[in-house]
Amino acid sequence: MSRVQPANMDRGQFITAPEAADTRSVAAAIRRSQARERLRSFALAIPLLALLLLSFGIPIAILLSRAVYDPTIANALPLTSAAMQSWSSKEIPDDKTFEALAADLKASQQKGTLSELAKSLNARLPGARSQILKTARALDQEGATDAVSVIKSVPFWTTPGTWATIERGRHALTSFYLLSAVDLRWNADGTIERVPPEQAIFLRVFARTFLVAATVTLATLILGFPLAYLISSVPKTVGAILIVAVLLPFWTSILVRTAAWTVLLQKFGLVNDVLLWLGVTGTRLDLMYSRLGLVIAMTHIQLPFTLLPIYSVMRTIQPSQMRAAYSLGGRPLTSFLRVYLPQVVPGIMAGCLLTFILCLGYYITPALIGGAGDQLISNFIANYVNVELNWEMAAALSFILLVFTMGLYAVFARMLGLDRLKPV
Amino acid sequence: MKRNSFHSVALATVAVCAVFSHSAIAEELSIMASGGAWQDAQRKAWFEPFSKETGIKIVEQEYLGDLGKVKAMVDTGNVPIDLVTVETATVLQGCDAGILEPLDYSKIADQSKFIEGSALKCGVGLDAYGDILAYDPNVLKEAPTSVLDIFDTTKFPGKRAMRKFPAQNLEWALMADGVPADQVYEVLGTPEGVDRAFKKLDTIKSDIVWWDAGAQPAQLLASKEVVMTTAWNGRIQNAIDTDSKPFKIVWDGQILEYDMISIPKGAKNPDLAYKYLAYISKPENNAKLASHITYGPVRTDATEFVAADALPKLPNAPEHMKSYLVADTEFWGDYGEDLVKRFNAWLAQ
Repeated sequence: MSRVQPANMDRGQFITAPEAADTRSVAAAIRRSQARERLRSFALAIPLLALLLLSFGIPIAILLSRAVYDPTIANALPLTSAAMQSWSSKEIPDDKTFEALAADLKASQQKGTLSELAKSLNARLPGARSQILKTARALDQEGATDAVSVIKSVPFWTTPGTWATIERGRHALTSFYLLSAVDLRWNADGTIERVPPEQAIFLRVFARTFLVAATVTLATLILGFPLAYLISSVPKTVGAILIVAVLLPFWTSILVRTAAWTVLLQKFGLVNDVLLWLGVTGTRLDLMYSRLGLVIAMTHIQLPFTLLPIYSVMRTIQPSQMRAAYSLGGRPLTSFLRVYLPQVVPGIMAGCLLTFILCLGYYITPALIGGAGDQLISNFIANYVNVELNWEMAAALSFILLVFTMGLYAVFARMLGLDRLKPV
Repeated sequence: MKRNSFHSVALATVAVCAVFSHSAIAEELSIMASGGAWQDAQRKAWFEPFSKETGIKIVEQEYLGDLGKVKAMVDTGNVPIDLVTVETATVLQGCDAGILEPLDYSKIADQSKFIEGSALKCGVGLDAYGDILAYDPNVLKEAPTSVLDIFDTTKFPGKRAMRKFPAQNLEWALMADGVPADQVYEVLGTPEGVDRAFKKLDTIKSDIVWWDAGAQPAQLLASKEVVMTTAWNGRIQNAIDTDSKPFKIVWDGQILEYDMISIPKGAKNPDLAYKYLAYISKPENNAKLASHITYGPVRTDATEFVAADALPKLPNAPEHMKSYLVADTEFWGDYGEDLVKRFNAWLAQ
């Protein structure tokens, strides 16, 4: 950054008028050459950017787009959808719509897309699945002669709620999944309302995820800061041993470390044995399947992530600075707060941010150590991907998590001045 | 030097040819199952005898039973497996999502010879297992007589373990609340019925330890973490037989379920897959699995072929069928996702 800035040259006050034009052409030349240089360095980064875009950006964008784009119903019910263009009331549509529905159901049964339609509607209207399959079966038997009365004999189709759901679902662009991800839904009047309390779950899980992440971050900071200080202040050989001690578990698979903690924390495990023997507790504690056990295990796994950035900053601070502060009359606490700490802040910020964001995505440790009330948002996303096969809902939850995380990052950056993290 | 390299090239060519010709002759069938003792049992009962009889080599793969993996294969059009074992509810889901192939029963066996609900559109039954109650008689002085005793905390105090999943638990809750077995799913299909089931579960909520993996119930009993637990019967029997644990199984009130096998959409060797399905669906072969793990046959005419010493341990042995409920997969296909969400919300309260 020490290069002469052309902009400054332009503004130079001691340049006399006749020379000015000349200077401008020089400045322009410099700008041109710099632009070329920038282009060249950009060209060097193109393979990396392309890789990032192909292997990271595009797949994520495609997956996230599922949260708002679900054409299953529109594709399966094209005629019904067209017939419903004019339907806007809360009543049962006319017979023409029922005829279109019969044709659509038959066509999609022949194409083999009926089950997908049933699944998609069922996600919005529990129980719809079997009603649709039942109706299609009945249509198959009766023949096309009296399709409308066949459909109307199934009470499901004479319920206004069914048609309101189809009306919203027939547009490929949908807000259903994103609203569900924050415990909201459309009600019959076409306004957004909160889902009933016994179905409201995701906001609570998001809050829990952030709370656990914050607790673990704080715990790693409290443990990691003094340790980092110790490592940076002891002789090099001792420091090297301590660093290896920190890093050794870091090289072990996260699954192995989690499994090790289940052995230690269980009711008749080592931790409970020791606590009982020492007389710290009278009864065996429920450490497994509890929030405490989860936080302990996550703190252990995350400790190196918080510690290493702090340590790398501490190493660069000369011990003589503190001695100078003392010699200038600073008390230990004042010297620490005004001389030492400000220099370590970038390391603390980097370490804590790393741990916090990694904690937001924890999956295997809560699944194995956490109890039923300690499952984090990743566990729910995994459930929708692997078990429910509702990738739209998984995408919506991921999107909300991404937005929350980025929002929080922005707030952190604002409040604590993350520009300090940039290399000087 | 040159001679040598010529030789090695020639040798390599021959080797490559040999490999290719070999694979062209020996037909391969790729089966993905969910591992553990159950896959070992399938290997002994079916994989190995089938290979010996037909000369078709079976390539085994393992997975966790999550359909997401199969969906990813089908979506990308690269399906390296010909058959996959799945739970009944998963068959329904996979069928709906277009991941599993609808089966042509004319190539397998007479569909009417299967126990009701074990021969579905996209999956054919492998075995029947029971969701049962297990306890350690050294810990519980008085023996529970029904699975529903799990709701009786005055007679049987202490922690009890249940599967962290709404299926089975909601059914048992309603039955414990006085709903007859044949009306359970009808009641559970109404909002009031769901409220009623959760209300019943509320009465023992603070005493429940939840399990996820099938191996956990036996561990929880062995470590005395709980006094009784719901479980899959094979896992408990395995702990009794191979680890000589003193556990006992309560069969009354059990819920019967089926393991299934399906052909993923786009599988490369459907003909071989059908050959295998026809083989294992013969009554005498269907009965063989019971000798290796205590899961019963799904064909009504297979019981007579079950080995005499295996029969008393099976969930569908006549003396275990006094009071039971057959899991309704259609119901769980309809309400599963919604009830799982409600169940998770209830857990978090």
